[in-house]
Amino acid sequence: MENFTPVSALVGGTLIGLSAVLLMALNGRIAGISGLLGTALFGAPGDRAWRFFFLGGMVAAPLVMLLIPGEARPSLAVDITASWPLLITGGLLVGFGTRLGSGCTSGHGVCGLSRLSARSLISVLVFMAVGMVTVTLMRGSLAGLFAGGAS
Amino acid sequence: MMRNLAAGLAGLIFGLGLVIAQMTNPAKVLAFLDIFGAWDPSLALVMGSALAVTAIGYRLAWRRSEPMLGGEFALPSASQIDVRLAAGAVMFGAGWGLVGLCPGPALTVLTIGGPPVWVFGAAMLAGMVAFRFLPAFGAKPA
Repeated sequence: MENFTPVSALVGGTLIGLSAVLLMALNGRIAGISGLLGTALFGAPGDRAWRFFFLGGMVAAPLVMLLIPGEARPSLAVDITASWPLLITGGLLVGFGTRLGSGCTSGHGVCGLSRLSARSLISVLVFMAVGMVTVTLMRGSLAGLFAGGAS
Repeated sequence: MMRNLAAGLAGLIFGLGLVIAQMTNPAKVLAFLDIFGAWDPSLALVMGSALAVTAIGYRLAWRRSEPMLGGEFALPSASQIDVRLAAGAVMFGAGWGLVGLCPGPALTVLTIGGPPVWVFGAAMLAGMVAFRFLPAFGAKPA
């Protein structure tokens, strides 16, 4: 657990929650990113502008972070090890799967669970479990465990 | 216009939260999913704290009869647990585990993530387009 970062996790999580509450209190909408993306692209024309503003705000976030002086700035690292075929396969699965399943980590995970939605609970349990199985298989973590303990 | 600005502010705060929590770093996300490896529980704290704030904040927001900037509260009405929900979650979980990116973080790091993020993002959009235009699915959008 040497990489555990509880403080930044709690601060970041609180901000994500605050954002979801703001969007509900002010606009009456759920902050589910896959749904926002899908309906920004294919939704009813009259109700799309605010979605682009929300998505634009997200894209601007790391640029705002760059305004913070170097030493005080939180890590902006984006470490990706997946190969090109895996990136494409993963992207297709995430794009199609989140639309088919009506949500992702934000819509089901944060907004849905906080509404006590049974659908969201099932979705979160399933995608968490499948994600864990996928990583375990890809990294052979279980094999390491049986061979004498994980690192 | 106020609704658009409010949405933009909310999006900015959402993105800042993701970046500060380092949920925009796929290595960090994969370390959470790697429960039998060098497990990093950070993502659970991110989700837990976001959930706690949202659960309380939503209920305060719903005390009003309508949102502060007008309109009405739009909440998902679906309640059935079906194959679409489960199959979608399986696909999403697999893709998430392969790369360590989900839609929010993928979008947030578009400017700083470089070509791997662009390729992932393009494939993700292609997946959404496929869902929209495949008759068996897009005919009844979720």
